[in-house]
Amino acid sequence: MTTVSTIARRRVNSAVWYVAVTALSLATVFPLIWTLATSFKGEGEILGGSGLLPRDFSLGNYADALTEVPFVRYILNSLAIALAGAATNMFFGGLAGYAFAKLEFRFKRSLFLTLIASMSIPAVVTMIPLFLILKRFPLLGGNDLLGEGGVGFINSYWAVILPGAAGGFAIFFMRQFFGTLPDELGEAARIDGAGEFTVFRRVYLPLAKGPLAVLGLLTFQAGWNSFMWPLIVLNNRDMMTVQVGLSAFVTDHQTQYGPLMAGTVIASLPVLVVFLFGQRYLIDGIAHSGIK
Amino acid sequence: MSAVAPVRRRRPGRARRHRQRHGYLFIALPMLLFAVFTVLPIAMAFVLSFTDYSVIGETNWTALGNYTRIFHDPYFTTALVNTVVYTLMYVPLGIAVALGAAMLLNRRVRAVKIYRTMFYIPVISSTVATATIWYWLLNPQYGLLNVFLGWFGIDGPAWLHDSTWAMPAIVMMAVWAGFGTNMMIYLAGLKAVPRELYEAARLDGANAWQAFRHVTLPQLRRTTFFVSTLLIISAFQVFDQAYVLTKGGPGNSTITLVYYIYNKGFGKLEMGYASAISFVLAAIILVFAIVNARAVDRENR
Repeated sequence: MTTVSTIARRRVNSAVWYVAVTALSLATVFPLIWTLATSFKGEGEILGGSGLLPRDFSLGNYADALTEVPFVRYILNSLAIALAGAATNMFFGGLAGYAFAKLEFRFKRSLFLTLIASMSIPAVVTMIPLFLILKRFPLLGGNDLLGEGGVGFINSYWAVILPGAAGGFAIFFMRQFFGTLPDELGEAARIDGAGEFTVFRRVYLPLAKGPLAVLGLLTFQAGWNSFMWPLIVLNNRDMMTVQVGLSAFVTDHQTQYGPLMAGTVIASLPVLVVFLFGQRYLIDGIAHSGIK
Repeated sequence: MSAVAPVRRRRPGRARRHRQRHGYLFIALPMLLFAVFTVLPIAMAFVLSFTDYSVIGETNWTALGNYTRIFHDPYFTTALVNTVVYTLMYVPLGIAVALGAAMLLNRRVRAVKIYRTMFYIPVISSTVATATIWYWLLNPQYGLLNVFLGWFGIDGPAWLHDSTWAMPAIVMMAVWAGFGTNMMIYLAGLKAVPRELYEAARLDGANAWQAFRHVTLPQLRRTTFFVSTLLIISAFQVFDQAYVLTKGGPGNSTITLVYYIYNKGFGKLEMGYASAISFVLAAIILVFAIVNARAVDRENR
């Protein structure tokens, strides 16, 4: 009796679950399907407002997107910036996050508060000062000791990578994670005579693979999708990123929906691939990372 | 390895100093970068906020002039109210959707992987693409959303063209575009909740809601603190969506603080005044973040 009703209830539960997740995923995926469908339509069909599926399947928009602008070069630029952003944030976020969670040093609390407080300052405020600092960085990019004469970091990958390398988000995120790990793990290793760096590298860091993967994924994505800052500091045509390239299809007079949608599909692919590859051990990595 | 390593005895003071020195080693490089590329620009902007710096022309020291001007500026008040309204809608909704989606995915079913990917898809679309798509979705006549509402006999509003509904529409788009990230963070948090706690709750006769209220939520305290802090900070800085979708309209109903700062600073080149508003905004964010930290703390005690 009881087993029959339990099984029945489980079936209903499972059905409700499938309805809920399917409804939600329709809401999240449908716009992308629309983008994909539109990217295969001709211009007349897009503006004519026909049904979802293209009547005449055409790859013309993709050809336009790839040939009208140096899209491949843009993709390489975006890749370099996004990969460097992920690597630096994982490295510096891990180091500093661990120090703030597990090590003792003077001004720890006030430094951490400064970090959090800095995140609450709108990015628009710092844009002009930051541009000036990068442009007038001494002894680089043709600059002299006083930062005169050259362009500094402007129009190089560094102009995007350096300001975001040790992000407050990364440090905050890793500190929150390391805070959940017991102090006893490190104490045990210290009693065995391990130095501080060994404790970090051998004891705590291996447990942080999951969160580091999450951080890498998030920062890769943020780097790939960033728009305003690359637009400001990379004004050489060869240095532009995918997102800036995409916006070239949107103008005040007319939006070229076809190439825009095709470009959007191309621009979304790398992040999708990184996510598909990363999610495998993302969540499970955290679950198995020794927090019980 | 641990068996052979000699056990050294250190006086506690020395050990502490030793660990302190390493603390500095760990943070030296990240903090140097932070100082040059974050703290220094903020300090420069702070100095600007006491001047009438406008990129071109000469710059004068105006002391607190910009700050007193803010309190007599009706557009500032409008922008502040809009931003607070946005935040009050976006943060609770963002947490609820992210946590709800994470709870749905916290199951041992194979299909979870596919759904997880699909839920995450809005996050990986860029703002340019997302805005284009939503502009079409929110079209009063042909937009998918109003067509959908029509099936239930609801006459949908004009959304982005209606001063009452433009802000909720922007909230909707922002939640849609962003909940995936927080969902992943919650999912990671949920996986770390010990199963024994649920077992114990069930043995005590707790139903699903009670288990959620007394096991899941308290166990997710750190996660919720993290997620809500980031949501508050980003909500007060909302700009992209308002800029791309409505340009602050209709009738100033979607002018947000950062949009106003952008307008003043880059549109009218009043960089000094724009900097002053930014620091007022930062102070507001800090207050909300502290209130939030207290609330999260109290909630789970």
